[in-house]
Amino acid sequence: MAKRITIDPVTRIEGHLRVDCELDNGHVSKAWASGQMWRGIELILKGRDPRDAWLFTQRICGVCTTVHAIASVRSVESALKMEIPLNAQYIRNIMIAAHAIQDHIVHFYHLSALDWVDVTSALRAEPRKVASLAQGMSSWSLNSSQEFVRVQEKLKGFVGSGQLGIFANGYWGHPAMRLSPEVNLLACTHYLQALEVQRKANIIISILGAKTPHIQNLAVGGVANPINTDSPSTLSLERLYYVKTLIDELGDFVNNVYFTDVCAIGASYRDWTAYGAGVTNYLSVPEFPLDTKGTVFELPGGYIPAGDVGRFSPIRNFEDESFVKGVKESVKHSWYKGDSDRHPWEEETEPGYTDFLDDGKYSWVKAPTFRDAPAQVGPLANVLCLYAAGHEATRKYTDKALATIGRLSGAPVSIEALHSTIGRHAARGVRAAVLYETLQKQWQLLMDNIGKGDTRTFNQPEFPKGEVRGVGFHEAPRGVLSHWIVIADKKIKNYQAVVPSTWNSSPRNAKDAPGPYEASLVGTPVAVPEKPLEVLRTVHSFDPCLACAIHMVDTENAEIVSVRAL
Amino acid sequence: MNVLVMGVGNLLLQDEGAGGKAVEEFARRYRVPPGVEILDGGTSGIELLQYIQGRDLLILVDVVRSGNPCGTLTRFEGEHVPALFRDKISPHQLGISDLLAVCQMTDAMPEKVVLFGIEPKSLDTGLTLSAEVAGNIGRLADLVAEELRLFGVTVEPYS
Repeated sequence: MAKRITIDPVTRIEGHLRVDCELDNGHVSKAWASGQMWRGIELILKGRDPRDAWLFTQRICGVCTTVHAIASVRSVESALKMEIPLNAQYIRNIMIAAHAIQDHIVHFYHLSALDWVDVTSALRAEPRKVASLAQGMSSWSLNSSQEFVRVQEKLKGFVGSGQLGIFANGYWGHPAMRLSPEVNLLACTHYLQALEVQRKANIIISILGAKTPHIQNLAVGGVANPINTDSPSTLSLERLYYVKTLIDELGDFVNNVYFTDVCAIGASYRDWTAYGAGVTNYLSVPEFPLDTKGTVFELPGGYIPAGDVGRFSPIRNFEDESFVKGVKESVKHSWYKGDSDRHPWEEETEPGYTDFLDDGKYSWVKAPTFRDAPAQVGPLANVLCLYAAGHEATRKYTDKALATIGRLSGAPVSIEALHSTIGRHAARGVRAAVLYETLQKQWQLLMDNIGKGDTRTFNQPEFPKGEVRGVGFHEAPRGVLSHWIVIADKKIKNYQAVVPSTWNSSPRNAKDAPGPYEASLVGTPVAVPEKPLEVLRTVHSFDPCLACAIHMVDTENAEIVSVRAL
Repeated sequence: MNVLVMGVGNLLLQDEGAGGKAVEEFARRYRVPPGVEILDGGTSGIELLQYIQGRDLLILVDVVRSGNPCGTLTRFEGEHVPALFRDKISPHQLGISDLLAVCQMTDAMPEKVVLFGIEPKSLDTGLTLSAEVAGNIGRLADLVAEELRLFGVTVEPYS
């Protein structure tokens, strides 16, 4: 007899996600993902000036602000077939890469590591052993026994007082936790160090973006950063060299801490390369445009059907028809009226809530398809496509990660192992290392271009009469993001955002095929149904972000404090 | 003096954006001395850590559903604040309570934390506040000013 478990909400994510699983003999046999996706952006944008759209879209989500801003300006630029000055491309590229590295670090340490790392076990570690282990893996300056002693004392204090604080929600002592006390202490220490390091990415974005949270420097047609190498109130040499320092500090952490930790944890949980593959159609888009027209990119994108890297087909540029025409969204299993399966430019958003119906409608998320099939997006899709396209840095870091995991676990690991829960973490680590190289390169390109005397950062957009359509896409930290805009007589007529988590948290589609979360959970072992840690591991490995339901404080349900009206 | 006044919430969901609108109104009405920072935090998560760490006083402004009539203002202090945000209503990637827990762990906890709340009416998609909430935004801004004065901060109205 199948047993049903419901996890509602899945925590440590942005937004609201419910996951239902049927268990048979200790394994998941069927799964449903149901999300609250914020789908009303067109209601706010209709009738507005397209040049203002990005200021609104960056408010869709608190984590993905920059991401939605970039996709939005690109959608308008695509509709107007604009060219963007080189400096503007490079400045955007630096912000995109810095944001993505920050996002990957935070996802690994702060949003998912606690699925694999047991804080209470770290208390039993011998700091000297941790130091020798860590120093054998990398040259990171903070891998000293003093640092491990300091962190362990701190953790003891928290556990002793019964206040685990930020570590309070873990399944401590769960049978699926398997790291040694030493590796647990190592990971906890890096967890705290990562809090400091991620700020450096934020400083890069705030220098270029003028402000965080919520950047101010974008514009349809470029960026609003005046470049004057001498003036302190503009993007000066002093600021640019400070950005370079921050880039290198980020890179030090990515290469010497994040990447090695991913390999160490991957090796300890090697059996998890057998779980969590799910949908192995992978979709990614090219990113980091290197010319004004958006035809040449630093990182290629494309599509891999059925996990077969040999069948990779590239998506070449912002105009590529195979992408523009390949995307549809079905509402057959989503809480919208009807059962349409349409292109984003033709979509309507008419809510039609039913109850949670296993075989009917059960999610606010629509089901996107590429060439009529569900697709997985995100760092794994991106890394596999880059690998297939022969991208040099990606090959280097992927091979290095596989070799390191193989060495640490005592048996070779092939690229096939990446189609898995732990593979998604490894791919994110590889992507962060690739992005550090990208970041260095984009900074150098910007400096060289300014050195040639080019200080242009903006081209004036010109809106035609009549109707034009555009799509702005972006390989965001969680995968393919696309904004679809219809402009009529200089005003927005329709606007849809198809976000990465729509692809991954998709419900069953028009052909009843399950989405990536749903498919990936089938076969996952669950040791303790009341503590479904293994289900969370797989769901968290996608880095879910179901932006932005409601974030209000609710005292009626919390019943924690009494309320007095003022 | 090291003070942060921060509104949080989503500006695209009507009353959900009341926190940001209230601190905007506060900045419009009052001149604050150096050392007092005013911030619209939106729905950001870990990005806000650097802004809240190590403050003498942190004033948060947000919508709070407490079962009172729409527009009702509420005030919470100290340990009640992280307890409130601990409830999973917050979709913040790392919510306010997580960030305060991080502050505790890194010895950078704000010395005093105060939350002002306003009871929402509508959280539908839209940029305008409901009349009930809009009608009390000015009063909310004044309460923030009074709180700062009690803390010894000189706050002067632009008359």
